[in-house]
Amino acid sequence: MAERSFAKEVEDLKLGDGQEFRGEGILAITKALLQSGVGYVAGYQGAPISHLMDVLADGQEILEELGVHFETSANEAAAAATLAASVMYPIRGAATFKSTVGTNVASDALANLASGGVTGGALIIVGEDYGEGSSIMQERSHAFAMKSQIWLLDPKPDLESIVSAVETGFELSEASNTPVMLEVRIRACHVRGSFRAKNNKRPSMSLVEALESPRRDTSRIVLPPASYVHEKEKVEKRWPAAVRFIQERRMNELVPGDIGDVGIILQGGMYNGVMRALQGLGLADVWGTSRIPLYVLNVTYPLVPDEVVGFCRGKRAVLLVEEGQPDYIEQALSKILRQAAVPTVLAGKDPFPMAGEYTAAVMAEAIGTFARHWIPDVLAPEVRASNAAPALDEKHVKGLAEAVPPRPPGFCTGCPERPIFAAMKLVEREMGPHHVAADIGCHLFSIMPPFNIGSTTMGYGLGPASASAFNVKAGKRAISVMGDGGFWHNGLTSGIGNAVFNKSDGVVLIVDNHYTSATGGQALLSSRATNRSRSTQHAITTAVKGMGVEWVRHIDHTYDVGRVRDTLKEALTSRDAGPKVIVASSECMLNRQRRERPLFAKAAKAGKRLVRQRFGVDEDVCTGDHACIRLSGCPSLSVKHTADPLKDDPVAAIDNSCVGCGNCGEVAEAAVLCPSFYRADIIVNPTGWDRTVERLRTAVIGFLQRRRDRRQLRLA
Amino acid sequence: MDTVTPALRLDTRRPTAIAVLAMGGQGGGVLVDWIVALVESQGHVAQATSVPGVAQRTGATIYYVETIAPDRSGRRPVLSLMPVPGEVDIVIGAELMEAGRAIQRGLVSPDRTTLIASAHRAYAVSEKVVPGDGAGDPAKVYEAAQAASKQFLAFDMATIAEQTESVVSAALFGALAASGALPYPRAAYESTIRAARLGVEASLRAFDRAYAAAETERRSPTAPAARPSAGSVKKKLPVLGPIGDAAFDSLVERARGLPEPAHGMVAAGLARVVDFQDVAYGREYLDRVEAFAAIERQAASASTAFPLTCAAAKQIARAMAYDDVIRVADLKTRGSRFERVRSEIALRPGQIAYTTEFMHPRIEEVCGTLPAGIGLWLESSPRVQGALRRFVDRGRRVQTGTIGWFLPLYLLAGWRRFRRGTLRHRREAAHIAAWLDQANVAATRDIALGVELLEARRLVKGYSDTHDAGEGRFSRLMAIARRLEGRADAADWVRRLRQSALADAEGRAFADTIKTVESFL
Repeated sequence: MAERSFAKEVEDLKLGDGQEFRGEGILAITKALLQSGVGYVAGYQGAPISHLMDVLADGQEILEELGVHFETSANEAAAAATLAASVMYPIRGAATFKSTVGTNVASDALANLASGGVTGGALIIVGEDYGEGSSIMQERSHAFAMKSQIWLLDPKPDLESIVSAVETGFELSEASNTPVMLEVRIRACHVRGSFRAKNNKRPSMSLVEALESPRRDTSRIVLPPASYVHEKEKVEKRWPAAVRFIQERRMNELVPGDIGDVGIILQGGMYNGVMRALQGLGLADVWGTSRIPLYVLNVTYPLVPDEVVGFCRGKRAVLLVEEGQPDYIEQALSKILRQAAVPTVLAGKDPFPMAGEYTAAVMAEAIGTFARHWIPDVLAPEVRASNAAPALDEKHVKGLAEAVPPRPPGFCTGCPERPIFAAMKLVEREMGPHHVAADIGCHLFSIMPPFNIGSTTMGYGLGPASASAFNVKAGKRAISVMGDGGFWHNGLTSGIGNAVFNKSDGVVLIVDNHYTSATGGQALLSSRATNRSRSTQHAITTAVKGMGVEWVRHIDHTYDVGRVRDTLKEALTSRDAGPKVIVASSECMLNRQRRERPLFAKAAKAGKRLVRQRFGVDEDVCTGDHACIRLSGCPSLSVKHTADPLKDDPVAAIDNSCVGCGNCGEVAEAAVLCPSFYRADIIVNPTGWDRTVERLRTAVIGFLQRRRDRRQLRLA
Repeated sequence: MDTVTPALRLDTRRPTAIAVLAMGGQGGGVLVDWIVALVESQGHVAQATSVPGVAQRTGATIYYVETIAPDRSGRRPVLSLMPVPGEVDIVIGAELMEAGRAIQRGLVSPDRTTLIASAHRAYAVSEKVVPGDGAGDPAKVYEAAQAASKQFLAFDMATIAEQTESVVSAALFGALAASGALPYPRAAYESTIRAARLGVEASLRAFDRAYAAAETERRSPTAPAARPSAGSVKKKLPVLGPIGDAAFDSLVERARGLPEPAHGMVAAGLARVVDFQDVAYGREYLDRVEAFAAIERQAASASTAFPLTCAAAKQIARAMAYDDVIRVADLKTRGSRFERVRSEIALRPGQIAYTTEFMHPRIEEVCGTLPAGIGLWLESSPRVQGALRRFVDRGRRVQTGTIGWFLPLYLLAGWRRFRRGTLRHRREAAHIAAWLDQANVAATRDIALGVELLEARRLVKGYSDTHDAGEGRFSRLMAIARRLEGRADAADWVRRLRQSALADAEGRAFADTIKTVESFL
C-alpha cells in the first residue's frame, strides 16, 4: 500500500516456533501461508482482505528470503488464474479476494481450475463481506464451491482455528487434487487474538525449478475428451478422497454435552455466536463447555454423511445454524438423514430467519426458541419465559428516533471527488438531470445526500458498460462514472473498448485519485508515486486514446469546479461522434495527508518557511441558508448556532480539521453562492521580508480601520 | 458416537463487554488498541473486533471488545465477536448522537451499562443541508441516556482534545479510567498511552483533563438546564442602555418607552441598523417597531410577553440591515473581523495570515449599488449590460490583507453615505413597506397572525440565486396569508408554511403545505 507502512506487521510474519503471535485474523492467515510453505500468493485488494495484500506488499524481503512470489493481480480473475501454477507442479499457491463480488469475477478461472484439478495445494481465501458493514450485495460464496466442486472451509473465528484451517486446507487440496476455498467473515478478519507461531517454510518446489523443467499433461487441460473425464473424476475420485481426509483428520469438531437427546450442527464461523447464546440460556460457559452436544462444521462442503448420521442418530431434534440463503446445508442434511432413515427432527431456517446476518440478538432468539421447545425443563424459569427485549420501548429511548440522524459513509474531508460531483450538480441545474450510471468505489458516495447523483451500480469497472443500452439518438446523453480502480480492473475493455467499438455517444467520467482508495489506497498502474516493486505512472488518458477514443479531456486538478463543470457541459453538447471521456485527476486526500502531514510538521519544526491554507466563514456575512453545504457535505464544513439574537438559523462554520482543499471557495465562486467564505494563508516561520511587508500592510490598513472606527458608530 | 456425559458443571463467570461507537476517521481504532493493551497489561485476556469496511469513510462505525480474567487451567475463553443487546458493560460514544445510536441498538441497559460519551456534536449531512435548523435535539439523547444506562458520563471531549492538541480517543480513554467501570488503576492507563509511543505528551494532557472533568461530572452531574439543548448556544441579548453617543443615546431613551419584554431584542435590532447605516436609520427602525407596539398595547388579548413587538424588533432589524455589497465590503474590512479570523484559524504567535475572499459580483449587484436612476437605465439597456458583464460577472479572489485589494473594498464600504440613493435600497425599502403594511393590517385584527407574518421574513436570506429563491417563497407565503386572513387558524397555517419552506431546499415540503391550504381555501 502506498502511503502507509506495515513494517510492524511484517515483523510479526518473522515469528518462529513457539513464539506468541498477536494480531488480526487476516494477518494470522498471512503468517499461516508462510508457515505452510506456500510458493506464491496472488490477490486483489478489498475489505476485509486488503490487509493481507498490504502486508505482503511491504514484506518483499521476507518473501524473497523464502522464495515466495507475491502478485498484486489486475483483478480477481487474474488472481484466480495464477493458481494454474499448482495444476502441473507440486507448488502450494494461494489467491485472495473479497467475496462474493471477487468470486463472481474469478469464477471463470476457478471453474477451469477445479475441472482439471491440482497437484500442489491451491487455497482460495475469500473475505466474506456479509452482514453489518458490508458494502456489497448479500450472497453466499457457498454456491461457487458447490457449482465447481471446490471444498469450502468455514473455521471457528479464533486465530488458532483459522491458522490450522490454512495448514490442513493445503493438505486437503493435495489429498483430493481439488482447490480449497477458505471463507472468513469480516469480523473474523478483524478479530484481534493470538496463536503459537511456527517457523516459516520454504516451498518444497520453487517456481524457478518449475519454470526451468516444465511439465505438461493434456489430461489436466479443459478440452474434450479430458473435460468429460474431469467431471467423473470429481465425483468418483476427488470427492471421496476429500471426505476420507476430512474424517481422518477430524477437521469437523464434536463437542460433547450431557443433554444428549438434542444437538446443534453449526458452521464453524458461527461457533462463538452460538456459544454466547447458549451461555445466555445457561447451557454453556465462556470456556467452551456446552451442555448441548455440538457438531462444528469447519468444512461446510463437502459434508461427511457418516459424521452427520452418527451425530443425529438417537437425538429427538437437531438445530442447524447456517447463515445466509439459500439453505444449501439444510437441504443436504435433510437428504442425508432421509437416506439413512434417521427420524431426528431437523430445525434450521424455521427458528432462524431465512435471510440476514445471524447477529447476537438473532442467535439468542432462535436458539432460545429451539431450547424452549425441546428442553424446557432444563432451562431456568426466567429463561423458560421468553426473555424480554432490552429497554427499547422506554418512551425517551423511542424519542431518539427524531434526534439521531443516519450517518452513512461519505467523502472524506478534502476529498478530490467532492468538487467533481459539485460540478455535476451545477450542470444538473443548468441542463436538467441526466441518466448517471455509477460504479464501485468511493465515488459511489455520490448517490447519497447532498449530491444524490447516480441511478445504478452494476459492478466494479462496469459503470460505462452499464450505460451501453442508452447508446441511442436522444436529446440527452448518458453519463457514466468510473474510478481508476475499476478502470484498470476491467473498465478499459468492458467500458472504454466497448464504447468505442459500439460507437457509443455517451459521456464517461473517469475519477482518478492515484490509488484504489476505497480498498485502502493501494497503488495501481496510474499511481503517480514511484513504487520499487511495481511499475506505475501509466497515464489513463494514454490508455484511453490507445483504445481509440478521440474525444479525451484531462483535468489534472479536480478542485477547479468551474472547469469540471464546463468540460462536462462540453462533453454533453459536443457534436463529435464516439464516446466523450473526461479523466478528472487529483490525489486521494486521505493518502496525501498521510504523506504530507509528517513532512510539513518536520519542516515547520526545522524552521522552514511554509504556507498552510485553511478555509473559514465570516459568520456575520453568512445568512445561514446552507446552500454551500448542499454542494459539499464535507465533514469539516458544518453549521454552528450563534449568539446573535437576530439570526434564527445556524450559520455555516469550518472547523480545524479543514485541509484547505479549496472546494468551498471554488463552489461559492462557481455557483455564485455568497461572499462568506475566506481562505486563510497561514505563513509558518515567516522570513524577515514577510514580516516587513506585513508590518507595512498592517500600518496602512490599521490606520484606515481606526479612521473609520472613529468616524462611525461600530455597534455589531 | 452419541456421548453420554455426566451433568456438566458450568463456570458462571462472564466476560466484560465494551462497545465503542465512533465515526470513521475519528480514531476509534486507536482507543480500542489502547483498551486491549491496557487489559493485557493487567494479565487479562482481550478480544477485539470491528466492522469498518467503507464505514471508515466518515460513517458510523462500531468496535467491540470482550475481556476476562484467564482460566487457571489455561483454557482459552470463547468470546463473542459482536455485542449482545442487554449484555454490554461499557458503551463509549465518540460523539453525542453515536451514543444515542448505541441506545437505539439496545446496547445500553439500566442494570449494567456505563455510558461514556463526548457531548460534542458533529452534524450529519442530513442535519446540515436543511435550509433552516435541522440539528437533532441533544436533550433527547440525555433523557434517553438517563433512562437507559446505569451510569452516564458525558461532556465535551472534542474541545479538550483540541485544546490539548490531541485526539478525542485520548479524552475518552481518560473518561473511561475515571468512570471506574474497569478494575484497573489510573497508572495502568497512563503507561498504556506511553507504551504506544505516539503523541504521548499530548495524549496524556487530554487524558488528564478528561479524567478530571469526568470526576467532577461524577460527583455533580451537569444540571439538565445547563446542558446543551436544540439550537444550543444561548442568544446574547444586549442591554438597552446608553453608550455615550448623544445621538444614539437619545434613541435608546426613546426605545425605553417600548414594552419591557422587548427591550433586549430592540437593543440588538437598534444596534444592528445603526451599525448598518446611521442614527437616522435607527430612528426609522424605531418608528416601525413602535407602530406594532402600539397595536399590541391596544389589543384586548395582549400577552404580557409582547410577542408582536419582539418579532417586529427582530425581523424589521434583519430586513433593514439587508446584505448588500456595501455591507459585505464593510464587514470584510473591519479591524474586529481581522482579529476574529486570527482566533478562528488559531494563529500562533510569530505566524502571519492573509485572507482571500471569494466574491462573484453579478451585473445585478452593480446596478443595485448605483444611484437608482442610473441603475434602472442600465437594467433596461441589455446592450450596455452585455458589454459590462464581460468585465464584471466573474469570480474574484479578493486578498483583503493587501493594500491593493483592501483600498477598493474600503472605499466601497464608504459608499454607504450614498446608500439611501441606490437602486437596491429603494427596492428593499419598498419591499419592507409592503410587508409591514400587510403585517400591520393583519395584526390589528389578529396579533398571532401579525407575529407570523413578521417571522415569515426569516425566509429571505442568502445571496444571489439563493436569495431570489427565498424571496420567491416569501412572497408566495404572503400572498396565501392574505387569503387566510380572518380565519381563526390563520396564524397556525402561516407558521406551518414558514416551517415547511425552511424544511428542504427543493421546496417539496412547502409545496405540500400549500396544496393542503389550497384544499380548504
